[in-house]
Amino acid sequence: MRRVAIVGVGMTKFGEEWGRGFRDLIVEAGARALQDANMSGAELDALYCGTMAPGKLVGQEHSAALIADFMGLNPIPATRVEAACASGGLALRQAYMAVGSGMHDAVVVGGVEKMTDASGAQVSSALGGAGDQEWELFSGATFPGLYAFMARRHMLEYGTTEEQLAAVAVKNHANGSKNKYAQYQNEITIDTVMKSKVVASPLKVFDCAPVTDGAAVVILVPLEKAKKYNENPIEIVASAQASDTIALHDRKSLTKMRATEVASRKAYEMAKVTTKDIDIVELHDCFTIAEVIATEDLGFFNKGEGGKAAADGRTALNAEISVNTSGGLKACGHPVGATGIKQAVEVTWQLRGQADKRQVKDAEIGLTHNVGGSGATCVVHILKRA
Amino acid sequence: MQESLAITWRRIPERYGLLGTKCETCKTNYFPPRTVCPNCRRRGKIVKYKFSGKGKVYSFTEITAPPEGFELEAPYVLAIIELVEGPKITSQIVECKDSHVDIGAPVEMVFRKIQEDGPEGLIHYGFKFRLVK
Repeated sequence: MRRVAIVGVGMTKFGEEWGRGFRDLIVEAGARALQDANMSGAELDALYCGTMAPGKLVGQEHSAALIADFMGLNPIPATRVEAACASGGLALRQAYMAVGSGMHDAVVVGGVEKMTDASGAQVSSALGGAGDQEWELFSGATFPGLYAFMARRHMLEYGTTEEQLAAVAVKNHANGSKNKYAQYQNEITIDTVMKSKVVASPLKVFDCAPVTDGAAVVILVPLEKAKKYNENPIEIVASAQASDTIALHDRKSLTKMRATEVASRKAYEMAKVTTKDIDIVELHDCFTIAEVIATEDLGFFNKGEGGKAAADGRTALNAEISVNTSGGLKACGHPVGATGIKQAVEVTWQLRGQADKRQVKDAEIGLTHNVGGSGATCVVHILKRA
Repeated sequence: MQESLAITWRRIPERYGLLGTKCETCKTNYFPPRTVCPNCRRRGKIVKYKFSGKGKVYSFTEITAPPEGFELEAPYVLAIIELVEGPKITSQIVECKDSHVDIGAPVEMVFRKIQEDGPEGLIHYGFKFRLVK
């Protein structure tokens, strides 16, 4: 395998973008990434795109071909990658393997979701497809419901409290308030979360990531050619992926995600790092309990201590480990297919020292963690200053 | 999401009668049924197996923001039930609020309407559970 570097990144503002459609969002993010890499577009020889449900949300399948067309990149090969909310992270991994293997020399990889053109019920039904349609969704399950099952077990097994979960949302809103791309740039308090409407007990509206429109793009080349495009390349030093049961009820434990454990251990081995070497983490906080469980499964805290760690401020900006500096899925927003790519964009900015008021001091190594569904897919990347 | 007539028809033995499978090689029971045993793969011997409908609550929630087709039911208690034969399944617990439920509480299967596809559409039936006093 060749070593692979990120030489260009770009994203749209995340939010309710009524004025722009599916193709407008991804083309805007793509143009920003090309500009960042100082490329015309003629250098690119393949495109990958992660998007979960454009067929249900905007009636558009065959989306990678559409994107190549409207970005003016025909006739290069264009491939869509789908793994629910992990679609973006998986697209990045496909692009990494394409460059690493020597098959392609300059690859553009995007993630996009246009969600607000669909009704709330349509969005809920589309996202439900990330679980087991015949045996979870048919019975009346929702995604907040599935993560509520995890929260209830975590509370029973480890004494985690609703206030500790709320602390995750408060921290992510504080980070989002420093990010001009974030959907929510307002700070909140524990009280805001605790008094918000219950969605699936014990989870409340402010425990949940929002419905979001947005796109993000990165450009990959072999490390040896990276300086030609960007004086500040970021190397992808690990890419790892794992799978688990599609239905949450088939897991032995609801308080950990085995796919996260397996993928992260493989990634640490590949990058020859430990959790102590990592300065910044963008992880998959689709719900507050998901961040608590992920900080444990990734190995930053012992099992059961993630809730207390969040409440004690150990995951805040420039604390022990800076988690979700972008605001995470909770405050930056969660256009599902774009999330995995946005995580790589944020870590790249952090490692280059371009993260404005949310800059983590001397950030050198960062990790991205992208989950599909209730944990049936997990993909982890480790990025490092080259 | 609305299910087609064929999907609903195909699943009748499982949804009406908890008909699953078991692997005779490793003695693991499966519900919903699997045709490949993940433990034994090619060495597995899968046969049909009917579950008793007895179990206990493993985790639960009360859904107040329902998906399409469940608007009239909400709020409802949804649980992961651990069946006495081993597997866990996702199902509703009827005739209760979440404050009545505890993890570990015994439950038994009941036959109920799950959802309707509008006033003239298909009515889907299947299993739900109730607390055993």
